[in-house]
Amino acid sequence: MALLQIAEPGMSAAPHQHKLAVGIDLGTTNSLVATVRSGMSNVLLDEYGHALLPSVVRYLPDGKVEVGHKAQAQQSLDPQNTIVSAKRLMGRGISDIMDIAHLPYRFVDAPGMAQITTRAGVKSPVEISAEILKVLKIRAERALGGELTGAVITVPAYFDDAQRQATKDAARLAGLTVLRLLNEPTAAAVAYGLDNAAEGVYVIYDLGGGTFDVSILRLSKGVFEVLATNGDSALGGDDFDRRIFCWVLEQAKAPPLNAEDTRFLLTRAREAKEWLTDHMEAQITYVLTSDEARGEVINLTLSSGQFNALTQPLVSKTLSAVRRALRDANLTVEEIKGVVMVGGATRMPHVHLAVAEFFGQDPLTNLDPDKVVALGAAIQANILAGNRGQDDLLLLDVIPLSLGLETMGGLVEKIIPRNSTLPVARAQDFTTFKDGQTAMSIHVLQGERDLVSACRSLARFELRGIPPMAAGAARIRVTFQIDADGLLSVSAREQASGVESHIVVKPSYGLSEDAIINMLQTSYASAEEDKKARMLREAAVDAERLIEAIANALSKDGETLLDVQERLAIEQEMKQLKTTIQGNDARAIQTATEALNKATEAFAARRMDVTIHQALTGKNLKTLEI
Amino acid sequence: MAITLTQAAADRVEKFLANRGKGIGLRLGVKTTGCSGMAYTLEFVDETLPEDQSFECHGVKVIVDPRSLAYLDGTELDFTKEGLNEGFKFNNPNVKDECGCGESFTV
Repeated sequence: MALLQIAEPGMSAAPHQHKLAVGIDLGTTNSLVATVRSGMSNVLLDEYGHALLPSVVRYLPDGKVEVGHKAQAQQSLDPQNTIVSAKRLMGRGISDIMDIAHLPYRFVDAPGMAQITTRAGVKSPVEISAEILKVLKIRAERALGGELTGAVITVPAYFDDAQRQATKDAARLAGLTVLRLLNEPTAAAVAYGLDNAAEGVYVIYDLGGGTFDVSILRLSKGVFEVLATNGDSALGGDDFDRRIFCWVLEQAKAPPLNAEDTRFLLTRAREAKEWLTDHMEAQITYVLTSDEARGEVINLTLSSGQFNALTQPLVSKTLSAVRRALRDANLTVEEIKGVVMVGGATRMPHVHLAVAEFFGQDPLTNLDPDKVVALGAAIQANILAGNRGQDDLLLLDVIPLSLGLETMGGLVEKIIPRNSTLPVARAQDFTTFKDGQTAMSIHVLQGERDLVSACRSLARFELRGIPPMAAGAARIRVTFQIDADGLLSVSAREQASGVESHIVVKPSYGLSEDAIINMLQTSYASAEEDKKARMLREAAVDAERLIEAIANALSKDGETLLDVQERLAIEQEMKQLKTTIQGNDARAIQTATEALNKATEAFAARRMDVTIHQALTGKNLKTLEI
Repeated sequence: MAITLTQAAADRVEKFLANRGKGIGLRLGVKTTGCSGMAYTLEFVDETLPEDQSFECHGVKVIVDPRSLAYLDGTELDFTKEGLNEGFKFNNPNVKDECGCGESFTV
């Protein structure tokens, strides 16, 4: 019989309708899967009771694929077919991979992303990650007793669009529906319930096996905004092991080691490090096996004081990254409301102490630092799958750049300002510029600048079939809508006739974090310039509209209502204005526009008289009064 | 008329309630749906209704509405592990037939 979980009041699902959703921490070194059962977030274990799945994939000679501990154990024996840390390669071309010379793989440069030749053929990092996700998916389905509705997968906050897209592709390949990608630091904050906590700025200090990331998040109205990230992609718990390893070699004056000794001694070093978390000293004993030193015994005692001194430079390195992040976010230590510790390496007492001292407050550590990201992702997945009430719906994302559309004169009208929380919908009314205009081109733009040329063009579409009307009479409502995944749809509708047209765009696609930051900075730097440009364009648009109207009027009534002299005067002013428009002086255009307006006052008055006269002709007073 | 919890179930419910931070007990119920006619519901309780019946077992408050109680009388709620899966199980003496998965039943 099926096993039941406790639901929130009124949220019991119908049989076979349970929404099974999981959170997945797809890590560089280890991956985890978690879910919420009976209101509690839990990491799911495999049949041996392991929570962590090493992010290692090995392609076997018989065509099978091994993932996790088994693959990890064979890593040094079969390095070319055992892929570790595929996450570092996600969405990266060969030229982007910094330490490619140190990796044992046979790389193939493919468009967009580097690929690796294995005995199972050429594999992309997306396919390799998909193998890890498949194992986690099977684990989850066995633990939950049914098919998954979807998963929330975490990614580093600094991941750009290509890396995020690659992660999504890997999930699709593994047969998982991605409910949302969630930033790792945000997931950690959610696990600690900070989304329900007091508003303020939080720091997430994430020291994993091979990477260090620090993120500064601002929580306001239940929304986390990433203010800054920093870190070191080649600094993690493994480096602490290596320091111990080097110390052992130095102390034991050992001869060059063979591969096996190196591997075992590194394991001893890691064990010593872990032992020192709860003890004052650790014993390191090993019998060498190499030809030069067979039978030589290494027997050393490492005190926690010595260990701290050995690894202090590494800890200082993380704190410099924290300092840089604070500087980028323009914040001081005093402004930080809380610090969250993530990653197994944060268990080391001297790391904890250094962070506590730096921030002048005790960091949050009561959740398992290895699991905290997965636990937060599971909480988010549970909400997105609809297993909790609507009021609990978290709004965690904001749009990074404003969205708007092009108006006359190459100007951008912003419809959705940056930092709006998702999902969001905004509408604005526009009108036609010319008499009898039956179509309108809608140009969707992203950016903070006032000029179209300085923003990024996202899409263009046309609204056709507008009934012919006088300029300014049509009412066209343009609606921008962004769903929770950041998908933008824009629709335009002429209110009187109901003609409609729409388009769907991915707003941030192809824009890296750097590009976004760059666009923001230029917008601040060029605010004054933009203002001038806007004035100039607006003046030119006004002037053109006037010239257009007068030209129309002249061709209609110019012959009948004006004498040659008057007509010449008006044409003279029009010519003057047309020349001024070509220039760069907004003031001059405005003056010339006024001059033309003045020159045509008499003409306009006469046209008005004629119109009124025509309207009154043939009508008696009685009908007029009605 | 009574509904009971095993010690294991009671321990779990207490733990989940403590983790949730609010709630006065556990609501058991049945609703008419599913492939065999009736289905169990299991929910946290934030407020009770006047017609609700309540029981106390191993320190956990169990709440049932009178309509559901007719189908659930004598039920024992257990918490078990089956392979990697774990969850609550209804041992209901009134059940005559279950659908294959056991999520719904007839009396």
